[in-house]
Amino acid sequence: MFTGESSADMASPAPIFSAFRQALGEAWAGGAGALLPVGFFAGAAVLVPLGVGTDPETLRTIGPGILWVSLALSSLVTLERIFQADAEDGSLDLWLQTSAPAASIAAAKTFAHWLTAGLPLALLSPSLLLMFQAQIGDALLENMLYYAIGGLAFYFWGGVGAALAATVRRGGLLISLIALPLYVPTAIFGALAMGDGPSSAAAPLFLAASTLFALAVAPFAMGAALRLAAD
Amino acid sequence: MFSWFANPHRFLMLSSWLAPLFYAAAALLIAWGLWQGLWMVPKDDYQGGDIMRVMFIHVPAAWLAMASYLGMAVMSFVWFIWRHEVADIAAKAIAPLGATWTALCLATGAIWGKPTWGTWWQWDDARMMSVLFMFFLFLGYMALRAAMDTRQKAARAGAILAMVGALNVPLIKFSVDLFTSLHQDASVITPEGPKMAAVYLWPLLISSLGHSLLFAALVMTLMRAEIWTRRAAQSRVRLMTGD
Repeated sequence: MFTGESSADMASPAPIFSAFRQALGEAWAGGAGALLPVGFFAGAAVLVPLGVGTDPETLRTIGPGILWVSLALSSLVTLERIFQADAEDGSLDLWLQTSAPAASIAAAKTFAHWLTAGLPLALLSPSLLLMFQAQIGDALLENMLYYAIGGLAFYFWGGVGAALAATVRRGGLLISLIALPLYVPTAIFGALAMGDGPSSAAAPLFLAASTLFALAVAPFAMGAALRLAAD
Repeated sequence: MFSWFANPHRFLMLSSWLAPLFYAAAALLIAWGLWQGLWMVPKDDYQGGDIMRVMFIHVPAAWLAMASYLGMAVMSFVWFIWRHEVADIAAKAIAPLGATWTALCLATGAIWGKPTWGTWWQWDDARMMSVLFMFFLFLGYMALRAAMDTRQKAARAGAILAMVGALNVPLIKFSVDLFTSLHQDASVITPEGPKMAAVYLWPLLISSLGHSLLFAALVMTLMRAEIWTRRAAQSRVRLMTGD
């Protein structure tokens, strides 16, 4: 697919695009495809009113937070196989033999997974928030943006866990344990950005900054972990 | 300097007399700190009366929770860059002990918090939350190492995770600090700091030093056990191959 040409031209970005396309293809392949994470996300969120009761005032207060939790859980569920399948079928070895750095391959794959499994959840968030008794207004669109930005950080930190657990059988539980502490800043900044406390004006900037931090740090950790998984 | 300490043989020589020394000193210091703390110092009614005596375990545990994570991250970094096996052995030994002291800090904090602030747990308290997430980082580190099938892989994966975690600790701390400011009126905690009277400060410092020495001695013991385990495995292989 790509091995023949990439050994010829040293600095070609072709392997990175190839990894990106492969990850997009993976997301659509197999059963319900990209609809599966959306279904999980909606299902997890819809269970909550059944558990805590249907008082409109309560639901309006906890709705945004429930969606953050559902988003974090969905990212963990979809990330389990992202590098594991590559390590099993040998394509990981092929990626690492190309001229592209392991970190950029990992970043491309993770970004593709966010695009197919994370972004749709953010796009779905306004309708779920309406079900949680939110008022129609600009806040719905703002929240959609925050879910998109925060979800990107979830996918990159979760990707570190997924890369570390790539060769571990039943790695899903391990990924959750590794990634959840790393999710904390994003979850807190996200919740603050949607509240009306004294720090909610600055919180979106902190949310964006912590996502940029994830984008800067996580690819290198993923790259190192993938080289380990290929050994 | 790292290379000097990185020699397992030199480490075994050094720790063979340093560890017993630390155990003995730790026993004396902790005993003196507890005796002072539990019987001698006057109780402080503002901090909840006699329950404030738990401070002489709680504060050393909190200090060790933070110091041990930092130590584990530094050891992981040293191993990742220079591949000194002793550094990895140290990181591996610190993890369960750090988790233990972190759990001790959380437990004593809850016991102190219930009669003083009326709650076992306060979700919007920054220090509680930071320590809790550090506890999870320790657990994740140990689970990841245990899941790897070779020692070398466990060392590499553990080092990557410990370093990523260490980069995140300031961010976690900052985010929970911001979280707290939202609920300032609910927070009952006041920073004690150097305003503490000398009658409390000295037993506290002595007790902290005692806990630190005990921690260091336990780390050395676990490291010695690991080195001997590896040597035993090597000589078993040598016996089997007839070298």
